[in-house]
Amino acid sequence: MPARKSARSKTQARELLFGDLWEFDPAPESAPAHIDDRYRLFINGKHVAPKSRTYFDSISPRDGKKLTEIPMANAADVDAAYTAATKAFRSWSKLPGAERGKYLFRIARLLQDRSREFAVAETLDGGKPIKESRDFDLPMAAAHFFYHAGWADKLQYAAPGRTLAPLGVIGQVIPWNFPLLMLAWKIAPALATGNTVVIKPAETTSVTALKFATILEQAGLPPGVVNIVTGAGETGAAVVNHPTAAKIAFTGSTEVGKIIQRSLAGTGKKLTLELGGKAANIVFDDAPLDQAVEGIINGIFFNQGHVCCAGSRLLVQEGVEKELVTRLKRRLATLRVGDPMDKNTDIGAINSAEQLARIKELVRSGVDEGATIHQPSCKLPHNGFYFAPTLFTGVAQSHRIAREEIFGPVLSILTFRTPDEAIEKANNTCYGLSAGVWTDKGSKILKMASTLKAGVVWANTYNKFDPSSPFGGYKESGFGREGGKHGLLDYTKLT
Amino acid sequence: MLKITKTPKCYVGGAFIRSESGRVYEMRSSSGEFIANIPLCSRKDLRNAVEAAAKAGPGWAKRSPYNRAQILYRMAEMLESRADEMAAATSEEETRATIDRIVHYAGWADKYEQVLGSVNPVASSHFNFTVTEPVGIVGLLAPEEAPLLALMSLVLPAIVSGNAVVALASKSAPYPSILLGEMLAVSDLPGGVVNLLTGDRAELIPTFATHEHLRAVAATATGKDATELQQGAAESVKRVILHRPDTDWFSGDLDSPYAIRDFTEAKTVWHPIGA
Repeated sequence: MPARKSARSKTQARELLFGDLWEFDPAPESAPAHIDDRYRLFINGKHVAPKSRTYFDSISPRDGKKLTEIPMANAADVDAAYTAATKAFRSWSKLPGAERGKYLFRIARLLQDRSREFAVAETLDGGKPIKESRDFDLPMAAAHFFYHAGWADKLQYAAPGRTLAPLGVIGQVIPWNFPLLMLAWKIAPALATGNTVVIKPAETTSVTALKFATILEQAGLPPGVVNIVTGAGETGAAVVNHPTAAKIAFTGSTEVGKIIQRSLAGTGKKLTLELGGKAANIVFDDAPLDQAVEGIINGIFFNQGHVCCAGSRLLVQEGVEKELVTRLKRRLATLRVGDPMDKNTDIGAINSAEQLARIKELVRSGVDEGATIHQPSCKLPHNGFYFAPTLFTGVAQSHRIAREEIFGPVLSILTFRTPDEAIEKANNTCYGLSAGVWTDKGSKILKMASTLKAGVVWANTYNKFDPSSPFGGYKESGFGREGGKHGLLDYTKLT
Repeated sequence: MLKITKTPKCYVGGAFIRSESGRVYEMRSSSGEFIANIPLCSRKDLRNAVEAAAKAGPGWAKRSPYNRAQILYRMAEMLESRADEMAAATSEEETRATIDRIVHYAGWADKYEQVLGSVNPVASSHFNFTVTEPVGIVGLLAPEEAPLLALMSLVLPAIVSGNAVVALASKSAPYPSILLGEMLAVSDLPGGVVNLLTGDRAELIPTFATHEHLRAVAATATGKDATELQQGAAESVKRVILHRPDTDWFSGDLDSPYAIRDFTEAKTVWHPIGA
């Protein structure tokens, strides 16, 4: 008997499973978010009512309730924003770099001052867990302003042998997955290089952008340097197609990116696109499995998988597949899904009802096409938009869940035998934004890193970001980079 | 004694081809005298050239930068050795400027990375660096003027980093491109890395724009041509690099690692620091 017992303990990890006997106490974040009942556009340094006179409801995905009212900017509003930005460009572009930098430093500091308030607003508005908006989005947004502030008076060092000149007014359209962070990494380099901006946040997540207008006021930024227009697709089209724009910077889906690229054809406007992805996260049999499990979980469930660079295709070397999948399932069961305002929540709310429907549709296709689905038995809140973390095994290359971007907490698991096969499968996609590699062998990491067709390769880590680190894609994941010296150059004319 | 005249052919995959279309157009001297028939390449020729480039590209990209530098310099040697012949097809000034440009880019092969790449001081405990990589296969549309220098000013920054190219020569002055192909064939450049076509721009622009395996297109194009290229490129999110029609191809501004940057992707690699 004792012999059998020890044999058992060797093969099975000890788990404490109590079913529903005990539940964690809720630990809600209670800081006020200071969200107004109704917002106005921010044009030429003023909060103005939209000329369209229309507003739409912003829904909090955590409970499906109305949060606030957002103005729907029409073409006339967008035109006013461009007029203000064009006027502001004349003086802003001539301001000494050191002075421009001071404004950006101020913005960074003010964001840090009010980071709790903004984190709460971000979570209420977008549905991401408060621990992520608090510990990732806000510090990273401030860091982007801080990093680029320092570039403003050092542009002559960014491109040896060339002079950097601003382009003019930049039209920017950003997505709903990291509303404030995307705003920061679009606005900061544009301003540091002497451009002015018309920015449109995503329709479901406009609150922190409009709150950001008050930071610009506190910073004393000259009117018209940054203009914020809110609305849906038509507003975005007006921003993209305005004749005054010198450049369009877009982050969003590949589908919309292609429409933008087509509509800019022949206009002479510059363009950078940061589009979708279907990243391969590759685990070799010599990888540290426990670290890999954490990396895989972070790679696909960070921000509910609403991440363009999410590690949504897990490629596992055959020898460790069984073990890794076992550990993944065990880890999956410990994830806490629920109210994003709870400080212990790992997976919050899906951004919108529409997005939830899209995720469900793709997951259904995975089941229909014959992959095996695994979901932990977690309770989901009754109100709001939630989806349980999901694994698919037995996935084939041809399955939709292995080819299309899902933008949700859904991981497809495929296997490979040799490094060459892993590279072949990883690169067999029209996307090329990011990739992950997990192995203990340094030379294998560098070999894989140099062969994967992706703009960012995370080796033995995943989903790491930094303002000094260029980010962007190959192939249909877009062109241009954001962050670092590379991102800076994309906002300038080299002469 | 009757002179043996040359049948001009295009240079694709290291071989000399006539257009599969069987079509040609007449090339005449400035005094209107017939010189030769030039292949009028078709969409199919272009697709075949992309295939040749796809075969040659990966091997070329894997060569060491030092080796690519040597091969580019050897190209300059080949052109120098037949400089008189090329000067007769263009001008002495243009031939000299082209040789200089080749030598200039030969020297960049093992240096541009040190200008364009970076090590990034991230705040977390990671080692983080950015390197450049060729985008893959590049389509090039040369302008009518400076038929040799402009063509090579597009080709050089693309191939120096390991891209393979498919280029369309000047319609009105295709002969320098024909001669260039003959010189490349005896240089050490692997066949298929540079593919040179002749023909009609308007006919080939749609294929240059929409061919999925061309990951970038560079051209001197304006108006309708530019719009068509950019619209077609959107199908596969292709990079389009447009040069101004008033570009002075002799200008030293074109000697720059930032021209190489146009044909590269930046790849950023993260790795944890520590045990």
